[in-house]
Amino acid sequence: MGKGEEAGQLPEFEVARRLFDGSPHGALIGLKLIDLGADFVVAGIDYRPELVGNPQTGYLHGGVITTLIDQSSGAAVMVATGACEPIVTLDLRIDHLRPALPEQPIYARAECYRTAREVAFARCVAYQDDPQHPFATSMSAFMRLRAEKGSGRGRG
Amino acid sequence: MAEWLEEIRSARAAGDYAAVSALIPYARLMGIVIGPDPEERDDPSGVLLVRLPYRDDLIGRPGSGSLHGGLLGAFLEHAAIMQLLWRGESEHLPRIINFHIDYLRPGGEAETFARVDILRQGRRVANVHARAWQGERQRPIAAARGHFLLTPPED
Repeated sequence: MGKGEEAGQLPEFEVARRLFDGSPHGALIGLKLIDLGADFVVAGIDYRPELVGNPQTGYLHGGVITTLIDQSSGAAVMVATGACEPIVTLDLRIDHLRPALPEQPIYARAECYRTAREVAFARCVAYQDDPQHPFATSMSAFMRLRAEKGSGRGRG
Repeated sequence: MAEWLEEIRSARAAGDYAAVSALIPYARLMGIVIGPDPEERDDPSGVLLVRLPYRDDLIGRPGSGSLHGGLLGAFLEHAAIMQLLWRGESEHLPRIINFHIDYLRPGGEAETFARVDILRQGRRVANVHARAWQGERQRPIAAARGHFLLTPPED
């Protein structure tokens, strides 16, 4: 599956876009889709004082990072599995490696690295300037609700 | 100590839950409020019931009728921070190290509650377990465990 124009027209990409554009909670915190491909999604949130978790330092609340990572990871799974089937998050773990710097946008790049018959797995990094220097990393697992019977291999 | 942590300390002494709820901008935006847990027998003023009243802008996918999963995690994380501040001796805002959320049932269009148990609170780090429910406490919609640093920030 290619990137760019062609891949951008695929129906699962459209569903992933709508996931961002139409989300009431996404609108509340300013969650926006930046880029997507066959197995990855990049999303971002602009810094806003209302999203601060520590009034002393101006650091964003960890929950803002959680919401960004959750949505990016879910969207990456949707594009990887074909977004016509619903998915639910089983679990999501986040390591907060360092604080995100105030006054700057935050980004997350999520990748679905394994789709089994009933379960899909995603990993995600959250960063500001450089995805190679993340301030948070995450692993998550998702249940595929309309998995085809008898076509799977391995786990799940 | 920061002025607002001073405020938490005096609010805690006065049992002024509303004052503490309003201190963190993100929690204000989400509408998260804290109060005493009515089911707590051993320490009625020390254990919090954290509440997230329902609003349409807490929904994740349009038309799904389900709360955003990330928000549920955020709510549990915030509940943990509030419980550590309320209960703890920490003079600093607990800083999150890691958090692991289990999603158990979808969160519907209803008020959500959380309760946090501090399994261990050392000098430097605390381990907390939190769970969230809507109708029945015995049917959690999400649970989480995490670690928080209690030491002062480096700079």
